[in-house]
Amino acid sequence: MAVKDAGQAASSQSRGARGRASRSAAAVADRPPEQAELVQLLTPEGERVKHPDYPLDITAAEVKGLYRDLVIVRRIDFEAIALQRQGELGIWASLLGQEAAQVGSGRALGPRDMAFPTYREHGVAWCRGLDPMKLLELFRGVSHGGWDPTEHNFHLYTIVIGSQTLHATGYAMGIQRDGAVGEDGEAVIVYFGDGATSQGDVNEAFIYASVNNAPVVFFCQNNQWAISEPLERQSRVPLYQRASGFGFPGVRVDGNDVFACLAVTRKAMQAAREGQGPTLIEAYTYRMGAHTTTDDPTRYRLSAELEAWKLKDPIERVKQYLIRTEQVEMSFFDEVDAEAAEVGGQVRAACQTMPDPLPESMFDDVYTSRTAQNAAERAEFDAYLDSFVGEEAAR
Amino acid sequence: MADVITYREAVSEGIAREMRRDPSVVCLGEDIGAAGGVFKTTAGLFAEFGPDRIKDTPISEQAIVGMAMGAAMTGVRPVAEIMFSDFLACCWDYLANEIPKMRYMTGGQVKVPLVVRTANGGGLGFGAQHSQSVENWALAVPGLKVVAPATPADVIGLLAAAIRSDDPVLFFEHKGLFASKGETAPDGHLVPLGQAAVARAGSDVTIVALASTVPLALAAADELAEGGVAAEVVDLRCLVPLDMATVLASVGKTSRLLIVEENPYQGGWGGTVASVVADEGFELLDAPIRRVAAECVPLPFADVLEDQVIPTTAKVVAALRSLLAY
Repeated sequence: MAVKDAGQAASSQSRGARGRASRSAAAVADRPPEQAELVQLLTPEGERVKHPDYPLDITAAEVKGLYRDLVIVRRIDFEAIALQRQGELGIWASLLGQEAAQVGSGRALGPRDMAFPTYREHGVAWCRGLDPMKLLELFRGVSHGGWDPTEHNFHLYTIVIGSQTLHATGYAMGIQRDGAVGEDGEAVIVYFGDGATSQGDVNEAFIYASVNNAPVVFFCQNNQWAISEPLERQSRVPLYQRASGFGFPGVRVDGNDVFACLAVTRKAMQAAREGQGPTLIEAYTYRMGAHTTTDDPTRYRLSAELEAWKLKDPIERVKQYLIRTEQVEMSFFDEVDAEAAEVGGQVRAACQTMPDPLPESMFDDVYTSRTAQNAAERAEFDAYLDSFVGEEAAR
Repeated sequence: MADVITYREAVSEGIAREMRRDPSVVCLGEDIGAAGGVFKTTAGLFAEFGPDRIKDTPISEQAIVGMAMGAAMTGVRPVAEIMFSDFLACCWDYLANEIPKMRYMTGGQVKVPLVVRTANGGGLGFGAQHSQSVENWALAVPGLKVVAPATPADVIGLLAAAIRSDDPVLFFEHKGLFASKGETAPDGHLVPLGQAAVARAGSDVTIVALASTVPLALAAADELAEGGVAAEVVDLRCLVPLDMATVLASVGKTSRLLIVEENPYQGGWGGTVASVVADEGFELLDAPIRRVAAECVPLPFADVLEDQVIPTTAKVVAALRSLLAY
């Protein structure tokens, strides 16, 4: 995949660079495409780097907080995969490798901002304060999600690919109608993957968000794989460049760099809240695991790729930064590990004791109030279940 | 003993036979290539036919089905895969407004000989958006042929007929049957579209079934046979064309009709079957026509609930007993 048109590449820079479109056109064309315009604030080695458009003042305590988030969400993910392998969950979509993209963006949100996730946003869910057990209920198949999206301003997981981009755009337009854009405004973030960019819905959301200047941030985690389909099958241009064609800024961020994800998302969300419209953020990352636990990536991709990405681990670089730059004691890391183990243990124990829903509950919430047909079906079903009562007693 | 294969293997076998026979047959869909399909129903095809004929696509149902239509207009015979039948809704414009109307609107000048294959139905606990039986959606659109096989041999034979059909065909493969086994089909096996099969002969009651409900009906018939009741099971195989002659002939023998369908009772295909029997076979009946269908609720995720929403052998047995006692 090559950047074919330097002008095109340059026209889709971050908001700050809008007025100086030709700035780095030549540089972009010269560099390997995966590094073109990649915002990075923390190298894989844990070295802090500056970026003119994204200054980030962050205290050691805040970095420790991010580190704790990263480790705990990885642990929840690890525990969930194990639970699936042991038959306790029906399926699990692992976030392994994408922790920084999710924690960085998730921690950039204010309490009144609204997030629309895919089914892999366990790290964002954690940042929004959702009990991980709610996620496990879904993947155990005892509920369809079942959390109240307004409680943590975190919508239900959307499983049909890309639909949530339009939900988010409509929600953002609702915020506009409410007059909640401007100083102290609200905004929406919507998560999707590289695969979703091939969906019509996503492109339609880009158009509507753009022409309505809707306060929505499109956060695309480009993890390189749409199940077995590589990025080359989704796009001939870097995904962030797509935004320019729709008329809003796009920026590519190192998705394994929690600092950069935090800074870039903060800036885009703030712009949206203030009425400057949408931004597309492409968090360049890698799906280290399978698409879901039903998938076997060894059938279609090379392990060399995986090995190369292991060197860019999102957690290790923060640890190195904390050790080298902030001189954090090793005991801190032990404490975080212990806390993560405890959360993991809680998740495991709660999952194994999760009750099945009551049979008659299947008739609930189909309509706001029960229709005659629904009531009749339920009554018939109750009678049917009652017909087994004597049978069981006789056994 | 004949060779036994799974329903899942029969899908790739059926496609492969047609691809070997006719170079104009191509497949397109998500993850159907090296990955072999998320349900492994295209396993081996990529290795045999290569990327020119087994085309992996981006995630866009509209692109897959819309392009299949365009390709079909050039004389190619596309076999498009929509991963889950629920996602037919993502490309419904092409399936409801474009593809089935093309022959009609061009006065027969343009044909779109394509097959859209899709994994349909519940029983695996995939939740409200990945478990629906949506064959009744397709039934509502004149111009589409609608096929839903119950056995591996029928998968092969009906795929052959579907791919050779000059009309567009929606081909529903039932997720709950993928692991089921049966005899494979002999070379050249072809099951014409619109010919129901009598899966079990009987004289006391007729059970009309489709896809996943065929094994349910057979199990219920076995259970009743212990009590001396001979149930006849008619496997419709196709909803369009609908073989009502076989159904009416069976009802003529048994005078009693139970329809077992996995789609919801409201708007389910059984309503169409029942209306035709009520109209054309009223004098044949000794009892009301009964239907066992899914409850009119979204499919629950929880398997304990899903098992109760869709038809079960126990529900079919209970319905048969009440029908026989009428």
